[in-house]
Amino acid sequence: PHPPAPPHQHRPPLPRFATSQFSQSRPVLPVPPRPSRPLWRPGLHGNVTQSPRAFASSRRDASPWRRRAPGERGGGKGKPGGTGGDWGALRGNGRRGGPYRRERSLTLRSSSSALYNNLAVLCPPARPPAFGAVHGTTLSLLGNEGPPRQLQARGGGSALSTPLLTQAAWCELPSRVLLVLTSQRGVQMYESDGSTMVFWHALDVPDHPAAHSVFARGIAAAGGRFVCVGTSFGAVLVFDIPPKGTNVMLNEVLEQHRDPITDIAAEQGQAPDGAGDLVTADDSGTLCLWSTGEEFTLLGKIPGSGSTCSSVTLWNGIVAAGYGNGQIRLWEAGSGRIRAQVSAHARWIYALDLAPLTGKLLSGAEDSFVHVWKLSRNPDTDDIEIQHCHAECVTDTQVCGARFCDPAGDTFAVTGYDLSEILCY
Amino acid sequence: VMNDIITTMFNKKFMEELFKPQDLYSKKALRTVYDRLAHSSIMRLNQASMDKLYDLMTMAFKYQVLLCPRPRDILLVTFNHLDAIKDFISNSPGILNQVDETFRRLIETYNCLSDGEFQLIRQTLLIFFQDMHIRVSIFLKDKVQNSNGRFVLPISGPVPWGTEVPGLIRIFNHKGVEVKRAEFTTAGNYVTPQREGSFELYGDRVLKLGTNMYSVTRPVETHMSGSSKNLASQAKENIAPNPLAKEELNFLARLLGGLDVQKPAGGETGFRLNLFTTDEEEEHAAQTRPEELSYKVINIEATQEPGRRAELSRILGELEVAEPRPDSAEKGEDLLALMDGL
Repeated sequence: PHPPAPPHQHRPPLPRFATSQFSQSRPVLPVPPRPSRPLWRPGLHGNVTQSPRAFASSRRDASPWRRRAPGERGGGKGKPGGTGGDWGALRGNGRRGGPYRRERSLTLRSSSSALYNNLAVLCPPARPPAFGAVHGTTLSLLGNEGPPRQLQARGGGSALSTPLLTQAAWCELPSRVLLVLTSQRGVQMYESDGSTMVFWHALDVPDHPAAHSVFARGIAAAGGRFVCVGTSFGAVLVFDIPPKGTNVMLNEVLEQHRDPITDIAAEQGQAPDGAGDLVTADDSGTLCLWSTGEEFTLLGKIPGSGSTCSSVTLWNGIVAAGYGNGQIRLWEAGSGRIRAQVSAHARWIYALDLAPLTGKLLSGAEDSFVHVWKLSRNPDTDDIEIQHCHAECVTDTQVCGARFCDPAGDTFAVTGYDLSEILCY
Repeated sequence: VMNDIITTMFNKKFMEELFKPQDLYSKKALRTVYDRLAHSSIMRLNQASMDKLYDLMTMAFKYQVLLCPRPRDILLVTFNHLDAIKDFISNSPGILNQVDETFRRLIETYNCLSDGEFQLIRQTLLIFFQDMHIRVSIFLKDKVQNSNGRFVLPISGPVPWGTEVPGLIRIFNHKGVEVKRAEFTTAGNYVTPQREGSFELYGDRVLKLGTNMYSVTRPVETHMSGSSKNLASQAKENIAPNPLAKEELNFLARLLGGLDVQKPAGGETGFRLNLFTTDEEEEHAAQTRPEELSYKVINIEATQEPGRRAELSRILGELEVAEPRPDSAEKGEDLLALMDGL
């Protein structure tokens, strides 16, 4: 195990990685890719066995979303005077069957920026959800107790102007919930309603602008006690969060990625043996699988294949990753093998979210579409499957944030670039 | 005027300054640079005209950046810009050289960036354009912009190079062998792209974003005689009988033409804008133009004609200009000092 690097270590600029010559045509995968063997740590886990487990909801029957006949009203939630009927229309109402229907819209004080995973949702039990979306240097918060609030990125050092925020997310730990913001300067942590700042960590930012941007990006709660934050250096900062108070400590710095981190996700279901409970993703599409603890252990690395992984989720040992070329790929966390490849979107995927009770997966992209999928894992055959359930077209909007608003995935919320609303379905 | 502006813009020192790593300009800083650039020739524009011209430029560029199929395509957009600029000064080898130098520098600096880095550049540019929804008549007419000022994002057409048409699900077993295929359908109607644009100094960019939006010949409603037709296809101006675009061009031309005409020491008769490539062409077109198509739209009239002004005033009235936020940052100040020295 590598010793944790001291915090605030100044890192030299990363070498530029020349991508494959784009004057040649980009290869479109005709056969399943063979990922090179991920880094295994011999002796620690021995032979990786897949013990049969009973995973929830491995229904492989036909899609439960029955198509509505034209003119028929959809059941379930939604206003009675809703947009029923013309479900095959190309524009404005590009929906396909299913009980999801467009509900209310929430107004944001400022429009959302084009950033990966730009919608934060907190779903406290028996209370309405709270939302957050980043606009430039501020975070707009909605739905908390009290009036809508705006949080500012913290400037600092020799900066002349307020730094830009890159992401915001609520981190739910057993003892407390923190609201974490990442920016071009560092990491800010607040109490869950945004009222008090709990902690500030400054990145090592050079005085004069360097050739490569410096920023923090990628936020996840992990291991019941940590908050992990990614950086543009490729390092992942692991913060140890006390049950209350402001005594947050930087516990460890994980240095396996060589490109800026895009997203981090913790296991939301039950990890099979040896599968790890944290996945980190970066600009090159490389995924790293970790086992959390006082010291994090790298279990495996899935190399990228030329496309950025902008969003990632982990559920029951299945990594679902969304890429810049519009693909969603499912990887088996234990072995690092690819299990599914979906040509899901026509443009860059900006957001993925997972509903842990049902295995529903939500994807949002620049192509204006939001899709709902269903992941499943058959305990007998160990087949991993993904099915398409539902599509929504948010007309003339590049979707940049999409989240489920309940653990079963019956409701979700969406926002897009330049949109001053959060659309709820 | 064209030569002066392009010479100033591609000045070696100016370009060196631009290529230094730096943060996004504030709106005020960019507007100031734009002003200085526009006034680097004998051309003059008053404040209101400058505002309108700047709005037109920003909305056009916002459209180009927003609709790029891949983040890397913003480089192709820039190459399209440069190709068009080179066309304007194709007769001046000195300036052409400067532009080519910049072209090579762009290739050297940006061609090797990864997709993720390009997306970061694009996301940063989009921050600059956020919340700008000024309506541009030529975009409204072409139906690329809605009446609320937001751009139309088509859900059909070719997918970006490197992306597959959505619809296929492939399932693999634990040995990595494909065992199942499934398909899903959506409202989108996408096709595979034919080829990738060229990132070399010369080449077919394929992408239309960033090409001269006033050079598209639109279908002419009435018949034209043979000779006029040839002339029309050679010249690059828009002669289509479309009232809004015509007014737009008129407006732009009025901005450029209706100014104080300075008499240079050389004894020339002042600043006259001719939208044809030569005086002879202009003469010929005037003589051979069919009677029914003589809009006289190309002749620049600095006098104010009430009839046309009404239409224009209506359009102008609908245009909304966002108040620029005062910015305490001092970005671009050294750049301005540099331009003052030019």
